[in-house]
Amino acid sequence: MKANAKNKKQSYWRLLGRQFLRNRLAVAASAILLLLLLTALSAPFLASGQPIYLIKDGKTYWFSNVVTQRDLANFDFRTWERKPGDYGIWPVVHYSPEESSLRNRLEPPSRSHFLGTDDRGRDVLSRMIWGTRISISVGFVAVGISVFIGIIIGALAGFYGGKVDMIAQRVIEIMMCIPVFFLIISLIAFLPPSIYNIMGVIGITGWTGVARLVRGEFFKLRASDFATAARATGLSDRRIMFRHLLPNALGPVLVSATFGVAGAILTESALSFLGFGVPPPTASWGEILSQSKRYIDFAWWLVTFPGAAIFITVTAFNLVGEGLRDAMDPRLRQ
Amino acid sequence: MTPDLLVVQDLVKHFPVRKGIFSRVAGHVRAVDGLSFRIPRGKTLSLVGESGSGKTTTGRAILRLIEPTSGSVRFDGIEVTSMNRQDLRALRKRMQIIFQDPYGSLNPRMTVYSVLSEALRTHRLPQATGARDRVYELLSLVGLPPEAADRYPHEFSGGQRQRVGIARALAVEPELIVADEPVSALDVSIQSQILNLLEDLQQQLGLTYLFIGHDLSVVRHISDSVAVMYLGRIVELGPVEAVFEHPVHPYTIALLAAAPVPDPARKRRRILLPGDIPSPINPPTGCHFHPRCPDAQPGCARCETPLIEISPGHWVACPVHAPGAPANA
Amino acid sequence: MNASHEFILRVRNLRTHFHTDQGIARAVDGVSFDIPAGKTLALVGESGCGKSVTALSILGLVPHPPGEVSGEAIEFEGRNLLAFSEAEMRRIRGNEIAMIFQEPMTSMNPVFRIGDQIGAVLRLHRGLSKAAAREEVLALMQRVGIPAAESRLEDYPHQMSGGMLQRVMIAMALSCHPKMLIADEPTTALDVTIQAQILDLLRVLQRETGMSILLITHDLGIVAEIADEVVVMYAGKKVEHAPVAALFAAPKHPYTRGLFASLPAMQQHRQRLYAIRGAVPAPTDFPAGCRFHPRCPYAMDCCRRDEPPLLETGDAHRTACWLHDAGVMAAQGKAPGLPPEAAP
Repeated sequence: MKANAKNKKQSYWRLLGRQFLRNRLAVAASAILLLLLLTALSAPFLASGQPIYLIKDGKTYWFSNVVTQRDLANFDFRTWERKPGDYGIWPVVHYSPEESSLRNRLEPPSRSHFLGTDDRGRDVLSRMIWGTRISISVGFVAVGISVFIGIIIGALAGFYGGKVDMIAQRVIEIMMCIPVFFLIISLIAFLPPSIYNIMGVIGITGWTGVARLVRGEFFKLRASDFATAARATGLSDRRIMFRHLLPNALGPVLVSATFGVAGAILTESALSFLGFGVPPPTASWGEILSQSKRYIDFAWWLVTFPGAAIFITVTAFNLVGEGLRDAMDPRLRQ
Repeated sequence: MTPDLLVVQDLVKHFPVRKGIFSRVAGHVRAVDGLSFRIPRGKTLSLVGESGSGKTTTGRAILRLIEPTSGSVRFDGIEVTSMNRQDLRALRKRMQIIFQDPYGSLNPRMTVYSVLSEALRTHRLPQATGARDRVYELLSLVGLPPEAADRYPHEFSGGQRQRVGIARALAVEPELIVADEPVSALDVSIQSQILNLLEDLQQQLGLTYLFIGHDLSVVRHISDSVAVMYLGRIVELGPVEAVFEHPVHPYTIALLAAAPVPDPARKRRRILLPGDIPSPINPPTGCHFHPRCPDAQPGCARCETPLIEISPGHWVACPVHAPGAPANA
Repeated sequence: MNASHEFILRVRNLRTHFHTDQGIARAVDGVSFDIPAGKTLALVGESGCGKSVTALSILGLVPHPPGEVSGEAIEFEGRNLLAFSEAEMRRIRGNEIAMIFQEPMTSMNPVFRIGDQIGAVLRLHRGLSKAAAREEVLALMQRVGIPAAESRLEDYPHQMSGGMLQRVMIAMALSCHPKMLIADEPTTALDVTIQAQILDLLRVLQRETGMSILLITHDLGIVAEIADEVVVMYAGKKVEHAPVAALFAAPKHPYTRGLFASLPAMQQHRQRLYAIRGAVPAPTDFPAGCRFHPRCPYAMDCCRRDEPPLLETGDAHRTACWLHDAGVMAAQGKAPGLPPEAAP
């Protein structure tokens, strides 16, 4: 026991973390993802037409960039004549993503618009920042839904086998025969345009991979001695499935979910590009990209920046997924 | 006379062998083929046999971890095979199992404490406040320090894991423990620690063991009585001294002769059995052992081979060496 | 007398270390032994003692990195294998030194027929034609006692039992008339009656071919049956080395004695077994001094401090234990030797 006392309290996840940290590329990708997550969370502080803090006409306003202040909602700060004692702190980019200005249409990047403007004179950087929110949340929520469905169906099929498994397998096969993207487009066509519908549709069409993965793991695990021991202890099926088997099957699911987020972000961008995405005027990377179709001959900034954002995000998620997968592979462990 | 805690009668377990795309049943693996034995309370009966003899299946069928095909298992007078799920879960408090592989039998994602306390909670054993104390008590019972409670299985050596497995079985205060090759995967020096522990626990807690093993010296050491199995059937059953000192069935004799003995000077009668153990899908007719038996007679392929009591408590299923019953027992 | 021809293999101060996260694992740490031609030497020990790594080191099969094999020499018929290139080793492996493993199933390729797998070895190493190889395979299979060998040539590995596969492995090992066979737990995965068959086969083949066998096992029963000489290993060190009869008659090292005492003997029933306390230390964390001292009932101060040298304690009987050092024991006013059998 003395020998083991050194590496005391090493749960599986801790070991996994240590292994993951050795993969420099995956760690760099995680840093990028963290940055994106922070961008998404702090979007109102990074890009908004409203000030964070303002003293105007002797009145003090806090966080009008987050909470709508009635006095300021329709106030045009561009034509604002400062009186003495007036003071304001603005976000880094002081344009709201939906604020259009027809005089400034399709302006190339400049000091006032770092990444230029689109065909309605909206600031591209501001739209990119807010688009991060859409991409990240669509990615996570959609994958959350598909992982949830996948785990339930896969767990039932793998644990009970027999008829339950037969039915689940056939359903999965049918789902896999349908080209998912066209299914999504057809479903979206019937639904009112909303970001929640997009999340839901991507979620309920994407669970088959996770279900097969969980089913396979459960098939293997349910025959293990510790599962038999749990049954011999008299535990309920539900407890054996979710307390004993699931934690052991979670690793591969996590890997698959990470790749899934990348896929979902790509799908959302594609939908927005085709005009089936988030309803206007909401900003999304795919939507900015779709504008570029018409102006591609000169408005390079409309292609480059959202394209790069999608590419970097998807690549980062894939790299993290690969890092996790390698960290879990016992063959690569020394 | 001690009442029998476990009485097994004509236990049968056949696994269907499925073939083809329509999962047609193409045959049966006759893993356990009509087994009868009884274990008195506080005693140890061992099932010995080679691979394919059905000893592990027997252990699991008794606990209904595998559903038996037919036959009867009576635990303390209660029929186990016809029990509903609710009663079965309650009964599992009284019958437990220890596994062979100390690596596969513990959930790698649960600490020792959560494994043990879960068993306690399931059967609402101690009051909520006493769970931690009871876990420490269990650990000290199996010779582990209290710090072991907060560790994960991979932090232990094989022998220590086996102790955790035993503690888990003991958590629910069972009366019968099925020990499925509990020391086969352990090193010799650790094996004796675990065997001593099992014996101490039997004495302290009055446990009854169904011990499943293939190492004859271990079986000899720990059992009160022995059942030698071959292809799903018992070929010889009796008190440990009788079976080891005066084996009657040719298979038992060959098995004892084949076991390597750590004594280079000992020249013993070597009986090399020809051939392999046949597949339990298509076992030989009559006495399953006849194709490999040195004493086989032409009749062995045809006749039924019931267990005959040749001396009190010593039963043999061999038409050559135990022909007919002296008195129909 | 030419020493290099009396012994087929001489292992001198072999060290095999592995570089791991937890530090350097000294799996084999200065082990020496000689195998006389035509004899069987058994390496005995519990899991983690380094016996299998020793075998892999001899054949140059230790993965590098993380493994690193060093030492004075591994002399096979006077040639130092440690100095051999990978290409030269390939010519030795399977050809002059053959090896069989514990799990015959995992050592066979599941998609090739048995006959083709043995035939491939023959054609590679002996350059036989396809037809000649088939003839030879058939002869080999008959020689290792595979019944109906002709029909079994066409079998795939999964169609054979463990015992039959081990025979196939042995046939494959014999195909190039090796001078030495390394058998790593050859019967551990087999049933008792089958194990007896395989041991018998090895004995007969050794008598017929005169090959030397390096047997690796944890089972003292098997050692008693087949070995001429025994090396007992503990935690990467050789702790005792003796002819089989001498070792079994009077083990000199406390560890060896503990191993014998913890065997449940066939004769006794229901006696409390002797148990060596504690567990084998991790190879990255071997204790200083004698590596067995934390588990040894006779440990003295010098055992905790200094590593015991290999001491001659009788006719060809050597053991690494301070109890047998006259100087150390005299300082304590005791006679050298293992204390008489005391109930620990």
